[in-house]
Amino acid sequence: MTDLYAGMRADKGPLIPRNREIHPDPYDPGYKTSVARSPNLPLLAMESGQSEETGPTFGHSKFGQYDNNLILNWNRGAAPAVGERIMMHGRVVDENNRAVPNTLVEIWQANAGGRYRHKKDGYLAPLDPNFGGCGRTLTDENGYYQFLTIRPGAYPWPNRGNDWRPMHIHVSVFGHSFGQRLITQMYFEGDPLINLCPIAATVKDRASLDRLVAPLDMAHSRPLDFLAYKFDIVLRGRRQTMFENRIEGM
Amino acid sequence: MVQKLETLIESASQTAGPYVHIGLMPSYTGNGQIYDHELGHSPIEDGAKGEIIEITGEVFDGTGWALRDALIESWQPDAAGNFPGNEGADPAVSGWCRFAADADSGEFTLRTVKPGKVALRGGGFSAPHISLWIVARGINIGLQTRIYFEDEDNSGDPLLSRIEQAPRVQTLIAKKVADGKYRYNIRLQGEGETVFLDI
Ligand SMILES: [Fe+3]
Repeated sequence: MTDLYAGMRADKGPLIPRNREIHPDPYDPGYKTSVARSPNLPLLAMESGQSEETGPTFGHSKFGQYDNNLILNWNRGAAPAVGERIMMHGRVVDENNRAVPNTLVEIWQANAGGRYRHKKDGYLAPLDPNFGGCGRTLTDENGYYQFLTIRPGAYPWPNRGNDWRPMHIHVSVFGHSFGQRLITQMYFEGDPLINLCPIAATVKDRASLDRLVAPLDMAHSRPLDFLAYKFDIVLRGRRQTMFENRIEGM
Repeated sequence: MVQKLETLIESASQTAGPYVHIGLMPSYTGNGQIYDHELGHSPIEDGAKGEIIEITGEVFDGTGWALRDALIESWQPDAAGNFPGNEGADPAVSGWCRFAADADSGEFTLRTVKPGKVALRGGGFSAPHISLWIVARGINIGLQTRIYFEDEDNSGDPLLSRIEQAPRVQTLIAKKVADGKYRYNIRLQGEGETVFLDI
């Protein structure tokens, strides 16, 4: 049989198992919708194989010039969206602190008034005719990405009597393998609604939640143009293969 | 005190929320003008080698109600069990698809090529399967599971063999309803709960 794993880079062992302690509780009565949508039974844990260690790749040819510019992408540069102009930027790395280059990062968000362009969102705040609310990009060879957008507004949502979402941007990241797939949310430094939000509170480990809060990054702001917020994303890493070939019975 | 570890901690998941389609399938929400090429429309192109199949199903919550807002991604090898990107893989198989529960009925459809069995690291094979990742409002971390096929030999599959309660194996097996057509329902919670994976 041919060795499927020969000639590959060092971090090509199985995926490092997920530490579920740092992730949200699937069942959380504070977030009512999770109550009927969370499994009761334990997950079946297995070492990863090819199904989890491989994944789709995306070429630059599929991307348009405005894809990572939410201020302009809805109407292809004709007029800018309303709101506080910001750059969201950072690096995608894995648990071994290695850059994840050429990986797809997608974001979606409400407009400056806290309204989504979605038929199910009937919030009082109006749609912005020049704002769609999604963007996408590929990380560069160092795992770096950036988006130009507007700061989304906080918005109320039906959960308990008076729940509001803090300002946030939804983030979807691919990594290089299907087992790294992650969706998360970026919050903004200093937003008092973070501590009142039942969705943020599904993450029980405070340090883990804090890592979803982007700091204001004045050094990367552009004077008279936009503020910057830095949001680094860590995906699952893979074990190194040096000791993979165990002696029989070890 | 001890030495400091150099490893980082994975970013915490957060729910994809009710508007996930805006970000991942904009045309589904009527916002299709935003990109020239939307990603993940189909896992195959014309000319893919092997049997073309269609899998339909629903995603039920703990009350038995079918989610209208679930978004699913699938990942699989080609008909020979070779993953896209590997040498010799079928160029007409991208292997990856994004699809959504219908907003009115809750039904989803995946049209793809039937995957081949996959070689395992330690030798041997896993039975043909498609990996799934399910996100939606109320799902705080994406749920991983697999679709196997009732008309394949699943006897030696290492993952299915790990399931202690034999009847639960059936939750991962698509039922053949006609030539090239399969039914595969996902139950998030309660009776008949799908086996979800930590893998
Ligand atoms: Fe949101």
